[in-house]
Amino acid sequence: MASALMVFGLVVAPYAARPQTGCLICHADASMTDAAGHSIAVDGKTFAASIHGSLQCSNCHAGVKGYPHPDHVAPVECKSCHADEASQVTGSILSGHACTSCHGNAHAIFPKDDSRSAVYPLNIPRTCGACHGNPELAKKYGLPNVYSMYVDSIHGFALSKEGLLVAANCQSCHGSHHILSHNTPQSATYKTKIPETCGKCHAMIEADYDRGVHGKAVAAGDPKAPVCTDCHTAHAILQPTEAEFRMQSTPICGSCHTDKFSTYRDTFHSQLGLLGGYVQTARCWDCHGAHQVLATADLRSPINRANLVKTCGRCHAGANISFIQYQPHANAHDRKLNPGLYFVRLFMNLLLIGVLTFFVIHTVLWLIRARYNQIQNSGNGSAQGEKDA
Amino acid sequence: MPEQAVVETVEGVETEKPAGARQRYFMRFTREQRYLHAVLFTTFLGLAATGMCLRFSDSVWARGVARAVGGFGAILAFHKLCAVALTIAFLIHVKDVFTRGVLNREKGIFWGPTSMVANWQDVKDLLGHLRWFVGLGSKPKFERYAYWEKFDYWAVFWGMVVIGFSGYAMWFAPFFARFLPGWALNAVLVIHSEEGLLAILFIFSIHFVNTHLHPDSFPMDLAMFTGVESEEEFKIRHPLEYERAVKEGKLGMRLVTEAPGIWQINFSKVVGFTAIAIGVTLLVLTLTAYFS
Repeated sequence: MASALMVFGLVVAPYAARPQTGCLICHADASMTDAAGHSIAVDGKTFAASIHGSLQCSNCHAGVKGYPHPDHVAPVECKSCHADEASQVTGSILSGHACTSCHGNAHAIFPKDDSRSAVYPLNIPRTCGACHGNPELAKKYGLPNVYSMYVDSIHGFALSKEGLLVAANCQSCHGSHHILSHNTPQSATYKTKIPETCGKCHAMIEADYDRGVHGKAVAAGDPKAPVCTDCHTAHAILQPTEAEFRMQSTPICGSCHTDKFSTYRDTFHSQLGLLGGYVQTARCWDCHGAHQVLATADLRSPINRANLVKTCGRCHAGANISFIQYQPHANAHDRKLNPGLYFVRLFMNLLLIGVLTFFVIHTVLWLIRARYNQIQNSGNGSAQGEKDA
Repeated sequence: MPEQAVVETVEGVETEKPAGARQRYFMRFTREQRYLHAVLFTTFLGLAATGMCLRFSDSVWARGVARAVGGFGAILAFHKLCAVALTIAFLIHVKDVFTRGVLNREKGIFWGPTSMVANWQDVKDLLGHLRWFVGLGSKPKFERYAYWEKFDYWAVFWGMVVIGFSGYAMWFAPFFARFLPGWALNAVLVIHSEEGLLAILFIFSIHFVNTHLHPDSFPMDLAMFTGVESEEEFKIRHPLEYERAVKEGKLGMRLVTEAPGIWQINFSKVVGFTAIAIGVTLLVLTLTAYFS
């Protein structure tokens, strides 16, 4: 058919500039509408520049054989050419959506590397956001308002502020035509697929993660082990070295490691770290590593005894073998694990309670007695009085 | 600590004063001691206010203070500044005691009736005082420093050593790790915060009530601010010291020629009440935060 078109084009070209010229005699009128009031006007110039610009109108509007044409023309079937894409959409959560929902105006479709395209990387968030940035739709389907999360994320910033074409946009993770629910095991956003999905760009981090305990647990089928999005979130991803993420990062680890989190919170790192402005105090991953988290016994682990002087020394210049005896997860209530700390706390508590109890009683009795004497003396009418105190 | 300077000897002061004569005033604290106390309580108020903001950093008021002064970093910086100032004052005091007691062999620094060091008499005074509270005996007579005054002194002394040491150990942890075991670095946080809490609760309740809000001093004992007390106050509060001074003929050495000026009294009251008001506010905030 293409060769036939070309021949046709070559033959007609001298007389008619474009293959759509005949239809455009009527449809170039921008005010033209159908009986229902929908615009049926076509901008011939834009269409000619579009990816379909070389096609005849009847290639898509198959019901139009000539002029005059019927009042009702059958809807355009993109799948007659784009069969693969159409079948991918049919099996996805997008099933039932018109191609134009994402690709925009049917008469102004451009290749995806053309900045005029609705699916050009820099335009994708806005295209998807037309629905997924609508708070009412989000509410209706019980979805988070992912668009606003994304635009404020590190990926969104890279895209909108730097125009970084390789920055992850919606389809980088979700795919384009065959988008599946994250509950579907084949989905690129299914939990166990996420390291692979993120690893498409973050290859070294994926390799680190796979070597770490979390990656191994996920590979072994542990449903509770964290993947990238459990710590970084899916859409509201922050720059991890910046204050905002550091300040919110420890409860993320703590949501699984509750016992370690509660002992961490009693220590200096946490107490100082919780104060606004103290972002540099050690968070979980400063000591344990972030992606390649290894068991303490592993010689490569930063918290293995052999590496502690170096690990602590990253913040504490001059850390020595005595310094690393510090327990970042000390429990002052655990007599067996931290006997020294246990007795220090006990002593301090008893001292506090003892001193205050004794002196509160002492002070109250004294006050009563002194006041009693004062009243007695004034009652006796002694001007000078025997002031007792 | 015993008084330092000999003020002036006035003839005949050992005799009873004639009726209708002006109230006489006696030196209780030297200028240096009062300055030391002033530095002590101003830095302590600063340390307490900042320390409580750091300890109860989740509370509304701590967040408010942090916002007002530019974050918890500023609060901690101020905490450290007060700590350094108090450390210097503490070291000056220790040096002073050492010079007078050890180098100059001054009498009454480490023992005797004028010493701050506790002795057997203090135990007897405490028990006697307790008996008097409940009506089982007569009120004991106190020397220059009564047992609770000695306790106030040593509580602050111990507090400064303990809080100061644990604070510096956190500030310069790697340095302290050269001679401290690792678990001690865990312990210093517990020690610092518990001892700090004790100091705040003790000073802002017990010390304030015993020294200032007591029926006989109410609303304030100005001796530490003006340095002097009236003869009547002297006789009532520290009768043994008064009697000893009379017996030894040394009362005149303590007599000051002039009563404290009205400006001095007013200034002392303003400073003293401000300190008490800040202290009581901190006490209330601390107790609310602690029990909430």
